[in-house]
Amino acid sequence: MRIVDFLRARPRLALLLLAILLAVLPFLVGAGLGKSWVRVLDFALLYVMLALGLNIVVGYAGLLDLGYVAFYALGAYLYAWLASPHFGLHLPFWAVLPLGALLAGVFGVLLGAPTLRLRGDYLAIVTLGFGEIIRIFMNNLDAPINITNGPQGMNLIDPIAFGGFALSKTHKFFGIGVSNAHLYYYLFLAFVLALIFVAMRLQDSRIGRAWAAIREDEVAASAMGIDTRNVKLLAFAMGATFGGLAGGLFSAFQGFISPESFGLMESIMILCMIVLGGMGHIPGVILGAVLLTVLPEALRYVGDWQRALIGRVAVDPADLRMLLFGCALILMMLFRPEGLWPSRQRKRELHAADEVAEQESASVYDARG
Amino acid sequence: MSLLEVKDLKIHYGGIQAVRGIDLKVEEGELVCLIGANGAGKSSTLKGIVGLLPHGGQVHYAGASLKGRPTHAIAAAGLALVPEGRGIFARLTVAENLAMGAYLRRDAAAVRGDGERIYETFPRLAERRGQLAGLLSGGEQQMLAIGRALMGRPRLLLLDEPSMGLAPLMVQKIYETIQAVAREGMTILLVEQNAHLALQVSSRGYVMESGAITLAGPSAELAADPQVRAAYLGE
Repeated sequence: MRIVDFLRARPRLALLLLAILLAVLPFLVGAGLGKSWVRVLDFALLYVMLALGLNIVVGYAGLLDLGYVAFYALGAYLYAWLASPHFGLHLPFWAVLPLGALLAGVFGVLLGAPTLRLRGDYLAIVTLGFGEIIRIFMNNLDAPINITNGPQGMNLIDPIAFGGFALSKTHKFFGIGVSNAHLYYYLFLAFVLALIFVAMRLQDSRIGRAWAAIREDEVAASAMGIDTRNVKLLAFAMGATFGGLAGGLFSAFQGFISPESFGLMESIMILCMIVLGGMGHIPGVILGAVLLTVLPEALRYVGDWQRALIGRVAVDPADLRMLLFGCALILMMLFRPEGLWPSRQRKRELHAADEVAEQESASVYDARG
Repeated sequence: MSLLEVKDLKIHYGGIQAVRGIDLKVEEGELVCLIGANGAGKSSTLKGIVGLLPHGGQVHYAGASLKGRPTHAIAAAGLALVPEGRGIFARLTVAENLAMGAYLRRDAAAVRGDGERIYETFPRLAERRGQLAGLLSGGEQQMLAIGRALMGRPRLLLLDEPSMGLAPLMVQKIYETIQAVAREGMTILLVEQNAHLALQVSSRGYVMESGAITLAGPSAELAADPQVRAAYLGE
């Protein structure tokens, strides 16, 4: 704890240390845990982008969206359409990524518009349906015209390349080989930092305050002069844009996409990242996304341990993963409903029963005086 | 010309007629009350006026029809609703709630000044400005809701049951505030179940029963009316 206090008093030093840590992290992880873990880091960063995007819709504006992965899928497919042999198009990433984000944003508005009058559970069910519709479209649009190549998915998608410098290859810098996973790590990190900046600015903006107001009370918000329809659509659009961008990056990174990657479980996972980390609070959302990407990977070792201890795999780590995940969520909701790293306000609100009682008596006393 | 003129307002929920064609007027600078029992259609009337419920009939404000306009546009025209149950933003601080009231205003300096005046009127809010509004007591929340509405510098304040669910002492305090706001020249339409208090502070009143207005007149006369006394003042 002393170290935390020490750093808190010196924010510049803390920032510098954090920057150095982030810069050398893939090399530390690669040397310590193996190269596959650098790819896990890349995925963690992709999920941070998704979680930041969904956090705009769910955390800021309070609209429960269970179909968020649809926007991830749209971004990914658009990238594949415009930069793969499928249609013979090979546009550069700097043209395709913004287009993917834009397409996802437009779909955010299109899918958001019919749900404007819905709240809570009803909104969740309809968005869940929309998420599935997009996935099923991708699964079936291989006939009569082959648009998505159906369940087989699309492959040989172009990597991100700056001129002739493709991130898919290992490059040598000063005699050190830097693999594609490392290169994508730095690219994704740059995007994550940019999205964090955008998300922070949005939260503090006039729009961010309007989102908070409709989250708290839609009727009162409209009585304040907030155009609730447009403000909600903007939340859907902004969230979807983040998702579409992450989708494009995913497509380029993997080189292969199929509808399987965009199922309901993905949407639920992203939502869980937000809830687990601390809804509406950017550091919490990042923490949630990283934990929920890294921990399931770590569970893979459980299989090896079982083999070493009892000679066979008694419990499949994949099953164990869902079990532990379920237990973790239940425990969280019981003991820490505000999330692992909530904003100070939310923490207080969920642990405030005593405070309220005290104030009630104080204010009655006041009215008398 | 009246500031607010409602003609033949009709509102229904499915097949149930909540408001059956009522007329009412509010002149500039007046404090008018709309009293009646629970379920008489008072809140529906207010919601119809501000565009939260679709309705038949006419609503004119400062000479222009409000019909078909969305709630946020009506708010921008200068009608501020303090909703039933207060509608404060529970997970925002007191200061943030007040700032939301000035959402449409661009004159930051004047907004700050108005904020300070609200804090002077409600010292309790000033003490709690950094706290979450959801943690305030019911009475404080009502003060906050009124203060927030005033932050928009409205021309017409619509109050929906400000006494609801409050301790008697708190109700008194809220009503003192409403009177103070009215004295400063604010036009107010007050919907209230507590007929006694509402008739005390208002200059004119309407009595609503099963979706229709059954009596109207100066508040003093209504308070003396044997029918009103029997039905609403418990005598």
